Amino acid sequence: MIYSPKSISNAVQILQDDPDAQILSGGTDFMVEVNFGHRAPTSVLSLRAIKELCTWSQQDGVIRIGSALPYAQMETGPLAKLLPALAQAARTVGSPQIRAAGTLGGNLGTSSPAGDSLPVLYALDATIIIATATGERRMAVKDFMVGPKRNALSKGEIITAVELPASTGYQGYSKVGVRNAMVISIASACLVHNPIDRSVRLAMGTVGPTIIRASAAEKWLGEECDLASASSITPAICAEFGRRCGDESQPITDHRSTAEYRRHAVSVITSRLLERCAAS
Amino acid sequence: MSQMIKVAITVNGQHTTAMVEPRTLLVQYLRDNLNLTATNVGCDTSSCGACTVHLNGEAVKSCTILAVQADGENVTTVEGLANGNEMHPMQQAFMANHGLQCGYCTPGMVMAAISLVKDIPNPTEEDVRIGLEGNLCRCTGYHNIVQSVLAYAEGK
Repeated sequence: MIYSPKSISNAVQILQDDPDAQILSGGTDFMVEVNFGHRAPTSVLSLRAIKELCTWSQQDGVIRIGSALPYAQMETGPLAKLLPALAQAARTVGSPQIRAAGTLGGNLGTSSPAGDSLPVLYALDATIIIATATGERRMAVKDFMVGPKRNALSKGEIITAVELPASTGYQGYSKVGVRNAMVISIASACLVHNPIDRSVRLAMGTVGPTIIRASAAEKWLGEECDLASASSITPAICAEFGRRCGDESQPITDHRSTAEYRRHAVSVITSRLLERCAAS
Repeated sequence: MSQMIKVAITVNGQHTTAMVEPRTLLVQYLRDNLNLTATNVGCDTSSCGACTVHLNGEAVKSCTILAVQADGENVTTVEGLANGNEMHPMQQAFMANHGLQCGYCTPGMVMAAISLVKDIPNPTEEDVRIGLEGNLCRCTGYHNIVQSVLAYAEGK
């Protein structure tokens, strides 16, 4: 059975009656698994027809992105100016056709450590908005992912939106894969500089069971430099920061890479992101 | 066993409707229900781009979208590009610049290319190569494909 509700309340009601229905957003992971014969769900709930999930808005410095808004709309245009790191991450998703389909809700629902947008959400301390049978609940993204492809979403719930603060300083995203296009990451990272609260936040993807914030490296950097501006960040500090980020990663060896290479790669990209921040 | 579902999709300007199995892919609907067989399936996993069609004007991979998800929407395939007997200028550009070899990837390339030039009206060669990153040519005929798209953009 396939359900195509037109409203969130209708979708939540459907999940009350059929709690095992697989939620389908852009389909860039799920449909591939279906075509491979790895998944054969008896019922599917498509979010595509729920127009309110495909919009975004901005109020008081907070940007709210609907869970079914495709990446194509984050890559360029007004959203890209408000959230440059998200635009860069969106640009690395698949190809133009995939970016016309894939969504933040899909990345969160799948909760793969290689989800391209997830390091951005972690570095920006995003809030996830979830529709439940009784209303709505909000959750910090750091509490959302609990393991590889496992998250805190309960049966009957639907991710409806993500809330993020608008950019206040440099932010950047970097990803390593075997080629430039249509690639699943080997390591990824997002760095966000906030000169107002004098912080740098750094989140790493594909180098652990969940996205990992490099909290110790962030703290060390805050002690080494006055982060009211990026001008005191030296090349030596960038190199040491990258090394410390690598220390905080928890990579595994699998068919895409060795743990050793992942740790090396994430050290290099985190160091480069800080160099770009210093040069900004 | 599955309950059949009615879909109504506007394809190449024509209203179409059919009862389909819930798991029917959009590309299967186009090929098997409508006999529009120009749209090819290369990989089934949204890697190759051979199945690229326009859904409400945007290039998408029709092998990873369910027909039911396109219910009530507008789809354009390469069959819908020509104006009577006159090929679409992008098709003409591919012909004039030898932008195809075996032709298998061509319908998807043409659809992706039209979407690309809609977003970037005056693309550089790099824009074209990046814009076609979701489409594979197993003949590796990328050089002339890129030249075709550039020729179309210049000749518009």
